[in-house]
Amino acid sequence: MAKIKFYAERCKGCGLCVLVCPHGNIRMSTELNETGHPYAVLVDPARCTHCALCGRMCPDMAIEIDDPKTSKKDKSGKPRE
Amino acid sequence: MAEKVLLKGNELLVEAAIEAGCRFFAGYPITPQNEVPETMSWRMPQAGGVFIQAESEIAAINMLFGASAAGARCMTSSSSPGISLKQEGISYITAAELPCLIVNMQRGGPGLGNIRAAQGDYFQAVKGGGHGDYRLIVLVPGTLPELYQLTMNAFDYADFYRNPVLILGDGILGQMAEPVELTPYEPILDLPPKDYVLDGCKGRPPRVVKTLYLHPTDSLVQHNLHLQEKYARIRRELNLYEEYETEDAELIVSAYGVPGRIAKGAVKMARREGIRAGLIRPLCVWPFPAAPFRKAAQTAGRFLVVEMSFGQYVEDVKLAIECRRPVAFLGKGGGWYPSQEEILEEIRRLSSKAQDPASVKGSV
Amino acid sequence: MDFHRPETLKDAPTHYCPGCGHGIVHRLVAEVIDELGIRQRTIGTAPVGCAVLLYDYFNCDIIECAHGRPPAVATGIKRMLPDRILFTYQGDGDLAAIGTAETIHAANRGENITVIFVNNAIYGMTGGQMAPTTMIGQWSTTTPDGRGQYAEGGPIKVCEMLSALDGVCYLERVSVSSPKDVMNARKAIKKAFENQIAEKGFSLVEVLSMCPTDWKLPPEKAMDFVNEKMKKVFPLGVYKDRSGGRHE
Repeated sequence: MAKIKFYAERCKGCGLCVLVCPHGNIRMSTELNETGHPYAVLVDPARCTHCALCGRMCPDMAIEIDDPKTSKKDKSGKPRE
Repeated sequence: MAEKVLLKGNELLVEAAIEAGCRFFAGYPITPQNEVPETMSWRMPQAGGVFIQAESEIAAINMLFGASAAGARCMTSSSSPGISLKQEGISYITAAELPCLIVNMQRGGPGLGNIRAAQGDYFQAVKGGGHGDYRLIVLVPGTLPELYQLTMNAFDYADFYRNPVLILGDGILGQMAEPVELTPYEPILDLPPKDYVLDGCKGRPPRVVKTLYLHPTDSLVQHNLHLQEKYARIRRELNLYEEYETEDAELIVSAYGVPGRIAKGAVKMARREGIRAGLIRPLCVWPFPAAPFRKAAQTAGRFLVVEMSFGQYVEDVKLAIECRRPVAFLGKGGGWYPSQEEILEEIRRLSSKAQDPASVKGSV
Repeated sequence: MDFHRPETLKDAPTHYCPGCGHGIVHRLVAEVIDELGIRQRTIGTAPVGCAVLLYDYFNCDIIECAHGRPPAVATGIKRMLPDRILFTYQGDGDLAAIGTAETIHAANRGENITVIFVNNAIYGMTGGQMAPTTMIGQWSTTTPDGRGQYAEGGPIKVCEMLSALDGVCYLERVSVSSPKDVMNARKAIKKAFENQIAEKGFSLVEVLSMCPTDWKLPPEKAMDFVNEKMKKVFPLGVYKDRSGGRHE
């Protein structure tokens, strides 16, 4: 089962992911992270299709998706070079 | 015995560089050093190296920045206005501590000046030229055999100290021809491994060549202190000069490069007339070989400096002897060449009045 | 789908402002380097400008260059190490103002390198002065009344200009102002690296990118600015492609 991760500490709160999510499933937090930015949070994990549009627009590598079906990592968890 | 050939200085320079393993040249045409890129354009491919006629002096020096970071022995050459353009790149290369050879066959300045030989770029060469606290090792051959040898040595100094080396010649040195024995290259230093080379990070962590130091706040101070330590070491270790008849000399004549050679002839003539003249002729002007000057100042009553500029080199001579003796000056920039007779005349005048420094005209 | 930080990017937060396009372009370049398996033989150049610190972010050999000189520096490295992959990463001031000569001549020589040109129509690091690509009427701190055609000249269109040079293999203008644009940008960047691997010569990808801070716009409005204003002045598309033929 695929899993999406939002790294709050990496997020600068630009909101580009909110704009591009086709399901309107991302919002910005009301509280601030350590660097003083609001951060992106997933509204409803069940509605996420793991399309990765949010990750592709994110300038800060604050979003990652684990999807065993399309993973390019080897068994040790390291990316294949 | 090695082959003896008759070549122009500019051509000989190419042979020396290739013999020493230089495999990258980038440059831009400017008189009076055009034979360097012209010869390089066919000799470098013959030697399996790279020749690029760059779009500008700025591009040429930056191509060296890259080639040196890639581990190559590399060089560029130009003449005064072109060397001015290269100053930005020289500052960066020095900051990044990359080795390379830069040759300046000086012409008359300032501005476009003329294409006669001159020595007006002395300050630019030894006091900086580009921005920041940096130094170049500056070699000043006066003969073609010296040019051949020092060009090969220059690559060793550059690699050993990880610092650019400048050969400060002039239009005469580049254009004149004399027979030279093409001796094989022998490294004169135990060269360190090039552990900074950017060739892809296979089997090692990625490397960065950079000149920006932002964090922590004093990192640039620390980097500069490291550079200064290196420069202090070069000062201690590198002292190249010729001394001639200085033991009992009352008058020390000093000049570098081609005027140094002419001055030597004048000193010989003076000796034949019974004048106790001697010569100190540096082969590097940074670091400045102060020791022979200091020693000579203990016994010689006065000094005469000859240069093809309006009083640049003379300042370092005065600093070397801490102004303990009067220093007379014979020099003009803009394409004036001293003759042996002119220098001899000055030697005669100074020696006859050696007891009365105040009466000497032209003292500076 | 699986989506992770490429190995060619270090696990380090960037200093870029919120909504800045550099982070996206960095990731695309890194993804392509990963995909082509060339990280360990790639050398990148860092420019003067906002991206100067990219050596802190890219997990490969990097040389930081003087302003405008990356194509000359890359030329020096590539000529000595022809089997390594060289990319320059340059902003508009670096590539099209102070380094115009280096850009044009590296392109004209057909240097076998990949140029990533990030065009945000403004000088970012120095605080929003006019860039060579600032558009007519666009405000900047040095064109307080908007850039004028006659006093300041119009924006330099790099792809159009370089397309006249025979030495150039591939020129494409892309954008990172929407997910679709980002996907296209990735394809173009990949092609620009593939051309180099196949020794086809000089490839340049111009990426229209957001600078919310110096445009004085919130990030979402900065995307609109690219989509509605910049794309009109700088039309996206392939401006030259002779990657089908051999590089002579």
